[in-house]
Amino acid sequence: MKAWDAIVIGGGHNGLVNACYLQRAGLDVLVLEKNDWVGGAATSRELTPGFLYSNCSYVCSLFRPEIMRDLELPRFGLQVISYEGGAVFTRDGDYLANYRDHDAHRREFARFSKRDAEAYDRYSRDVTRQCRFIQPLLMRTAPDPTSFKPRDLGELLYLGKKFVGLSAEEMALTLRFWTMSISDFLDEYFETDVIKANFALSGIIGTALGPMSPGTAYVLLHHYMGEVDGSVGAWGYARGGMGAVTKALAASFKASGGTIRTGAEVDHVLIKKGKAKGVVLAGGEEIYGKLVVSNADVKRTFLKLVEEKELPEIFLRRVRNFKIRGSSGKVNIALDSLPEFPALPKDSPVYRADMHFTDSIERMERAYDDWKAGRWSADPFLDMMIPTTLDPTMAPPGKHFMSCFVQYAPPKIDGRDWTDADRDGFAESVISQIAQYSPGFRDRIVHMEVRTPREIEAEVGLTEGNIFQGELTFDQLLFNRPVPGYAQYRSPIGGLYMCGSSTHPGGGVMGAPGRNAAAEILRDLAKPTLHMSPAHDVI
Amino acid sequence: MNHHPTIKPLADARTAAQSHFRTLRLGTPFQPRIDALALKQDWYNWAGYRAPHSLWDEELEYFAIRSQAALFDISPMTKYRIEGPDAEAYLDRVTLRDVTKLKPGRVHYTAWCDDDGFVLDDGTLFRLSPTRFRLCSQERHLPWLLDSAFRYDVTVEEETEAVAGLALQGPTSFAILRDAGFAGVERLKIFDLAEFAHEGATVTISRTGFTGDLGYELFVPTDKALSLWDRLMAAGELRGIRAIGYTALNRARLEAGLIVANADFTAAEHAIRADRLRMPDEIGLGFMIDPDKGHFNGRRAILEARSKKRLRHVLVGLEIEGNIPAEHAIVYYRKSQEVGLVSAAMWSPMAKRNIALASLQRPYGDTIVDDLWVEIYAMRELQYQKLMKKAKVVPRPFIKLDRRTANPPADF
Repeated sequence: MKAWDAIVIGGGHNGLVNACYLQRAGLDVLVLEKNDWVGGAATSRELTPGFLYSNCSYVCSLFRPEIMRDLELPRFGLQVISYEGGAVFTRDGDYLANYRDHDAHRREFARFSKRDAEAYDRYSRDVTRQCRFIQPLLMRTAPDPTSFKPRDLGELLYLGKKFVGLSAEEMALTLRFWTMSISDFLDEYFETDVIKANFALSGIIGTALGPMSPGTAYVLLHHYMGEVDGSVGAWGYARGGMGAVTKALAASFKASGGTIRTGAEVDHVLIKKGKAKGVVLAGGEEIYGKLVVSNADVKRTFLKLVEEKELPEIFLRRVRNFKIRGSSGKVNIALDSLPEFPALPKDSPVYRADMHFTDSIERMERAYDDWKAGRWSADPFLDMMIPTTLDPTMAPPGKHFMSCFVQYAPPKIDGRDWTDADRDGFAESVISQIAQYSPGFRDRIVHMEVRTPREIEAEVGLTEGNIFQGELTFDQLLFNRPVPGYAQYRSPIGGLYMCGSSTHPGGGVMGAPGRNAAAEILRDLAKPTLHMSPAHDVI
Repeated sequence: MNHHPTIKPLADARTAAQSHFRTLRLGTPFQPRIDALALKQDWYNWAGYRAPHSLWDEELEYFAIRSQAALFDISPMTKYRIEGPDAEAYLDRVTLRDVTKLKPGRVHYTAWCDDDGFVLDDGTLFRLSPTRFRLCSQERHLPWLLDSAFRYDVTVEEETEAVAGLALQGPTSFAILRDAGFAGVERLKIFDLAEFAHEGATVTISRTGFTGDLGYELFVPTDKALSLWDRLMAAGELRGIRAIGYTALNRARLEAGLIVANADFTAAEHAIRADRLRMPDEIGLGFMIDPDKGHFNGRRAILEARSKKRLRHVLVGLEIEGNIPAEHAIVYYRKSQEVGLVSAAMWSPMAKRNIALASLQRPYGDTIVDDLWVEIYAMRELQYQKLMKKAKVVPRPFIKLDRRTANPPADF
């Protein structure tokens, strides 16, 4: 019976990145995907004829350019179309837009507050300083602070040096940044509600925390570290939807000789004498591999795919307590025409960018209150966009695809599972909010896919539908991600590795966990990693 | 389900201002005149405004400053109106120089620092009356100015778009103002200001400028901007008045030894790298610090850095042998040890010397001033001609023109 060099469980973007790097190092790699398509949470699906839905992740920025280069993703068809800015609609019939031009940005803010308009430079300087500190850590394995191995000491020293390289003021700011709430952080710079709401949204996306919860300032930073083709901080649409990212990865993988099996759900990892020997599929088929890499989140991997008896107690307890709470949902809509927003001038670039309707931090926090009470938000926070304004490949001519990321949606409703009626109520909260700002919106809807944490978990396999495979709070970052002592992509089981967003540096369509895990695996196999570009310098 | 009513757009001033996204670079109040003269269409972005690098010939524009009169639009400069019974005390607290010594009708060049003594910006402070000031600067500081106003009876308002500004610089500038009918302008000494009538409004004229030459700056409400321009142009026709762009002005300011924020030093609110921050003593502004005046922002840090000798940099004027400009050249000690960087350089037509501003790491440029060299990479037809040239630390300004301060100003 054939034994693969490596079996990757899950064909999400990190699983595919990992598989690509391993295959290119000369290993014979098999990717197993439970769905009939690859992509995980980076997919484009035709759920109604003629419309492609980016039905989970919906924008691209964080994906590391070093990975795109190594895996030749442009050659395999990946194109990212960057868009400009975005807007928050205000309840008084106006909006606050973000523009890429520095002076347009200032003038826009000055419509609401001349003071806040001129506060942006200092805010941007401080955030940039923090990003420059963290960005180089994304593409490095986090050190194990309890280890005395030269490499861990070296990495700790690197981290320490970077930290010591900060001024006393920056060091204080760094510690505050990693622990404070986005609301408190923004209060130090701005005074206008809508301007604070505009920045706060990056601090709560994907997180089961409110803007007033400590730790949300870091989440904002996580969203600021991206770029599109070298344009730092830019966001874009993958042409053809987010599935284009994983489609290019799959093509790159196959071109280097890799094998993908779809419709192949792994039931459990085959473990003999504490070592992974392969996997058993849901149908009972056994597939053997010299090592197994799991793209599934840490809970799914160790609470579902591995038998408890194989795992150490403390590890198991920490995995159980790992915070991976469902907080968001998604409403994907096919529209027979472009919706109108009377507040926006007809030629506004905002039509092509992200739109929001939550114009104060207070409203965001109230939306979070509903989550805590076990309800979906009556007045939800939406991150909404219409990618077809820039990408005509996703809908028939004149028609549009709209992506609405919705927060908050709890993993359970009043302690019980979501029902279809709950799902419909959740969708109505979204549609009625949009319709307030876009008359006639309901009449344009041709088809709609509503995804609560229930649907996301069932299809994609993300526990509770958490988009980051675990909260990005400081207790779950760096050498504590996913659990202390196992932050280097290895697990208590010999030959079983992790490569999903549960691992350092965390979620978003970034690819860094998959790449870093491949580097560790190749290190264990004593294989060269010359095909892996080091992280770009930050000077 | 609870259906909310549709939200209707507003029709107020804030909504009307939405349209700015269609014009990323605004015109100034003088734009119709400047556009007509901009034969080169050579624009740059000055704080969100479309400003000319050069209008027709940067050499001739420079010589207009030195031999005739040059008209330069300074409207994009950031302007704050600071007014109230505590305005003097407030500005004395915020800025470096002693504002109690700045009499009404006077202007001084000053700078201001953050709590750690790092320079936020430099600029000019106009005292328009005992209780009213105008602060002009390169960068924007409204949050800083408002936050600092805590407990002072003072209002701070940004008025950049409401006030148009012109610099009229050069030997014939006085004669032009006199001929234009600004009676009494001859009484203005250097750094004086006075108000004059123009078309039923007031134009504030100060004997100030950024050229080291005889010159004036004029501030006027925007709706009177074009008529003021026309008045000056008509009066100056026979005295060689010319509109100029920034390239010419930048040469004149370098000869005058004046620094520019974010060109010769990095303003503290822009410095992403902590080691780029500068104290006043490190950029040649130490003369502004008055330890005997009351508390001012950054005082403790500045005095501590002085007493503990923690000032790491110094900004100096350099005279470099030869005639090849050393722009952004590295400065060496003994041709080998890197000790600093040139931030601005030119061959000066007035001084007939190769001059530069450079930031050096102390003690170089401070106590060690000999054996300094600059390495010039001169690109000539796709090849670098590498030159190692001797540099001498010299006092600024590089040129001193008696006509700048002569009283009464000469009638050229």
